[in-house]
Amino acid sequence: MSEDSALQRVKFYQTGTHTVGNRLMDEAARSVQASMDRSNAITSGHRACQGCGEALGARYALDAAMRATEGQLVAVNATGCLEVFTTPSPETSWQIPWLHSLFGNAPAVATGVAAAMRRKGRSDIKVVAQGGDGGTTDIGFGCLSGMFERNDDVLYICYDNEAYMNTGVQRSSATPPTARTATTPAVGTAPGNVFGTGKNLPLIAMAHNIPYVATASVADLHDLEDKVEKAMAIEGSRYIHIMVPCPLGWGSAPNATISLARLAVESGLFPLFEAEHGQVTRSHKIRRRVPVEDYLRPQRRFAHLFKKGHEDTESLAALQRMADANIERFNLMGERQTP
Amino acid sequence: MLKQMEGSLAVAEAVALCRPEVVCAYPITPQTHIVEGVGALVKSGALENCEFINVESEFAALSVAIGASAAGARAYTATASQGLLYMAEAVYNAAGLGLPIVMTVGNRAIGAPINIWNDHTDAMALKDAGWIQLFAETNQEAVDLHIQAFRLAEELSCPVMVCVDGFILTHAHERVDIPTQDEVDAFLPPYEPVQVLDPAQPYSIGAMVGPDAFTEVRYLAHEKQLQALRLIPEIANVFKDVFGRSSGGLVHPYRTEDAETIVVALGSINGTIKDVVDQMRENGGAIGSLSICAFRPFPLDELRAALINAKRVVVVEKSLAPGLGGIAAPDVRMALREAPLPVYTVIAGLGGRPITMAALQEVFEVAGDDRLPDMQFLDLDYAAVEHELVRARQIRRSGPTAENILKHLGAPALASGE
Repeated sequence: MSEDSALQRVKFYQTGTHTVGNRLMDEAARSVQASMDRSNAITSGHRACQGCGEALGARYALDAAMRATEGQLVAVNATGCLEVFTTPSPETSWQIPWLHSLFGNAPAVATGVAAAMRRKGRSDIKVVAQGGDGGTTDIGFGCLSGMFERNDDVLYICYDNEAYMNTGVQRSSATPPTARTATTPAVGTAPGNVFGTGKNLPLIAMAHNIPYVATASVADLHDLEDKVEKAMAIEGSRYIHIMVPCPLGWGSAPNATISLARLAVESGLFPLFEAEHGQVTRSHKIRRRVPVEDYLRPQRRFAHLFKKGHEDTESLAALQRMADANIERFNLMGERQTP
Repeated sequence: MLKQMEGSLAVAEAVALCRPEVVCAYPITPQTHIVEGVGALVKSGALENCEFINVESEFAALSVAIGASAAGARAYTATASQGLLYMAEAVYNAAGLGLPIVMTVGNRAIGAPINIWNDHTDAMALKDAGWIQLFAETNQEAVDLHIQAFRLAEELSCPVMVCVDGFILTHAHERVDIPTQDEVDAFLPPYEPVQVLDPAQPYSIGAMVGPDAFTEVRYLAHEKQLQALRLIPEIANVFKDVFGRSSGGLVHPYRTEDAETIVVALGSINGTIKDVVDQMRENGGAIGSLSICAFRPFPLDELRAALINAKRVVVVEKSLAPGLGGIAAPDVRMALREAPLPVYTVIAGLGGRPITMAALQEVFEVAGDDRLPDMQFLDLDYAAVEHELVRARQIRRSGPTAENILKHLGAPALASGE
């Protein structure tokens, strides 16, 4: 929008925990809210739950991708919450060409779209494929690895809410240890999901030597947008793994989505980093480190760890060790780098 | 141009003449030579403007084709057997989305026991996925059906599966007439999609449909197949005008006019059957045959017209519905549902078992006397089966059936089974 437009562009800074920091930000870096020229990949009126982290993450990711490509964008979607809540036919929230095929094939379908665009002389049209953690780390994993290995020109985004939420909260290979799901109930001597399982997809993506891998959080939308924009400027396979809290599956308050996402980052359980061609190039430094307990306690899926008089100190200590290991591995407490 | 060449490479050349823009390749016997052939044509530059993508599975192969087709590209892949079943979910999806993908199936048995040789179990497993299914009788027809398939698929916006018998056709070296690029270009116009992923006109494709509209969407898939019943012969006629030979169509009747016994079959076995028909005709037998070229849509009217005056029908099929019998035979019975003539099922050629003229003639003669049971296995070794049944009754831990049968049959069978 031009400066002489009748509509004034209103810049906001976030309030809350880091008000001071944001107020000190350059105005250009502040959020624009409800701008008339927002790219608007997903319109309102979709059927996501209150406080859905995935809806927020997808909106910001796709809007950023739209801006980066000037709207020349196609989205491919795996089966899952995002697919269901955006498109109960004949209604659709998508303002961009959008294709849903199956649960496990979004990366391959996206490869096909990108190949067709190349052959049609429309390489300016970029492709984003997206799925939840189940669609990405489990059933779609083979196709995703194939897409990475061929270095197909696709940005794949995983919205990770750490279980199969669309089918009613079942364990996936992204479910953290001790978390209660419908298939890892909080009963018995080792309640919830077991330790020593699961896979770290960002690291697996890096092992394919693809040009760009990043993790992002809905607690830091500027960072998320920056990463998507950066990814869209790169040719080849790119992967962004976004943590998206799910109030329904996590047993958390809908208004706690952002704060939980932030606590996941600040505890070290969900490290934010970028990697290029298999090497970590940048990690997001924790400003105010918190114990994992601060992140776990507000979620009912971890309630069994905090039973009065029966606190599972052993599991809590093990989870803390996981966070500590991340902090060490990704240098999350090191000197802050200028972006 | 007349060439002496392997069936697979002939299919590869035919596919290349159709100017596919995205070809996805994953190896599986006996289809592999086809995608190798297309790949070589892309790599050499003979087939221009084509993305040849080596994928990690058949599921990915068809999924890449789905994405490419939805983005407006002419897409092709080929598979067989386990590969077709591995991509089964995507097979239904491509049809549901109405994407005109053409896929060759080099027909092969399904395991276990693993078996790389020819029968029709693979294609039959996916017969109701919403694809048009065409069966080639010869390598010439395999070539011609692929050229027709792209036009058919794109006119209807419906995927087409061209079934080519594994080894018997795919690996047979024989004379084929490969058309020129100009002929194919004259016959097959560029692909104009009815729906396409385009930022200038953004559609949401593949959205959820509930009980309010699902039946109607499915009905339209059926209606599309009914349209294909009209379109397949039309396209075959146009093909004849351009290329000067008959290929494709719905059914190929052979000496059926005054036949009392008519043998119905799919694919390459029709060549052998026609030879048997000729031989029996020479000895005064009133027999004819009918090759089903289009199995989906199923040409009920054409079958009825061709079979109604016979006294009996023998369906020779290379597939088995355990617990029922044949898979094609019930459809043939459907075509004759008001007619009083018996329809016999002969299960033959499973897992590459040779189908000999002598065995066919014997079974047709028994059928001619109406002494054939409703369902019969051609050349079944009843002794071996009985031995295993007895053994299994006597010993609880009787072991794996396939190995037991091979052991019973002795070393020669073991050697040929390797």
